[in-house]
Amino acid sequence: MTSLSFELTIGILKIFSFVVPVLVSVALLVYLERKVLGAVQLRKGPNVVGPFGILQSFADVLKLLTKENLLPSSSNKFLFIFAPMLTLILSLIAWAVIPISSTYVIANLNIGILYLFAVSSFGVYGVIIAGWASNSKYPFLGALRSAAQMISYEVSIGFVIITVLICVGSLNLIDIVESQKNMWFAIPLLPMFVIFIISALAETNRLPFDLPEDEATLVAGFFTEYSSISFGLFFLAEYANMILMSSLTVILFLGGWYPPIDIFPLNAIPGIFWFVIKVFLILFVFLWVRATFPRYRYDQLMRLGWKIFLPFTLIWVVITSAFLFYFGLLPN
Amino acid sequence: MTTLIKYIKSFTLFELMKGLKLTITYFFKPKVTLNYPNQKGPISPRFRGEHALRRYPNGEERCIACKLCEAVCPAQAITIEAEPKPDGSRRTTRYDIDMTKCIYCGLCEEACPVDAIVEGPNFEYATETREELLYDKEKLLRNGDIWEKQISENLKRDSKYR
Repeated sequence: MTSLSFELTIGILKIFSFVVPVLVSVALLVYLERKVLGAVQLRKGPNVVGPFGILQSFADVLKLLTKENLLPSSSNKFLFIFAPMLTLILSLIAWAVIPISSTYVIANLNIGILYLFAVSSFGVYGVIIAGWASNSKYPFLGALRSAAQMISYEVSIGFVIITVLICVGSLNLIDIVESQKNMWFAIPLLPMFVIFIISALAETNRLPFDLPEDEATLVAGFFTEYSSISFGLFFLAEYANMILMSSLTVILFLGGWYPPIDIFPLNAIPGIFWFVIKVFLILFVFLWVRATFPRYRYDQLMRLGWKIFLPFTLIWVVITSAFLFYFGLLPN
Repeated sequence: MTTLIKYIKSFTLFELMKGLKLTITYFFKPKVTLNYPNQKGPISPRFRGEHALRRYPNGEERCIACKLCEAVCPAQAITIEAEPKPDGSRRTTRYDIDMTKCIYCGLCEEACPVDAIVEGPNFEYATETREELLYDKEKLLRNGDIWEKQISENLKRDSKYR
């Protein structure tokens, strides 16, 4: 009995050691986003709250917490409150299988990638429930768009992941990273890497694919009716998802916790450092893309997803597996 | 051939990379933001900000209650009442400007024959209540005393264009 409670305590501590850094890095990511956007637009961004304005997001969260949580009278009250919670929970439980280093992971599942894929597909439920429970036209349209968009891009993400899995021969995320010790998959699978990043942008509803929350046509999309901290939870979940997708990119393509070259001064640095640096770089690309490109039209988005990415990834799966089979490189 | 080039360009994301290159160069450029309360932009000597009533160096009010400003004011923000002083000079007993009506056109200072009413360089006079923006003569004269140095300098700098 004591050993069970001991294990439980260890497990809870482990969970907190993931969730707390993730939530803090969400706050820092929001700050970073505002700084990057500012810099690209020749502004300075937030620089008043705390040193260099680094506490700005914490001030914003405090502001959201003190505000009144409005419930639209025609909404479905239970689902309306349930949706943001679901979204945030789903974006946090996915972290259970993300290996920060070869030993530091909450649950070392041997079907880790499948779990991640399932959880990220669930993310669309939060959005749909929010849009439906609001009982208002803009959230509803936003939810419909979001559902269609996430499903379309999940397909191409699936094929990209299959390509990587063919090269690795395992669904375990640690195995996936360890097979990249000598060469990151970003190099031989460069087109897949690019498609994965673009699909990740669409999957997390980031610009240029943020049609579910398109200000110009849908006010704020599926969270139009949300206020106070329930809005904050959506916001948190969106950015947590961004970090999750970047870590997934790092695990699948950029060799996780391995240094760029396996030589002395670089491989002496702990793996967590490399992992964080790579995630940061991918996140910077996300923000950089946001600062650069205008929003897609909805039909363009669907055309890109179904008529370009889907055939392209499908053909690439065939090419990769044919190549590996012909040269006898298939992992067993 | 051109279609081939087009396809190569679109599959290598050529245009997108060009756009990304442009934004990254802007990312490293010096920023143009002024840290406003600590740093302020330059303003012209003709700047039309908060009103002030000026005095002569000996402390006498410049205003002679000619009511030209009241007459010219397109927003009818100025109200003047006047009566002769014991020494025979005309002076205002009441000089009110409703700052909520004023459109900052500067016609009052142009109409003034003695440079008494001017629009000074101050633009940071936001208040918490509406009543505080209904300026009376004392408030305007106090503004004149506070800003006199800059106002006279601005008038001097701008005089050759008047």
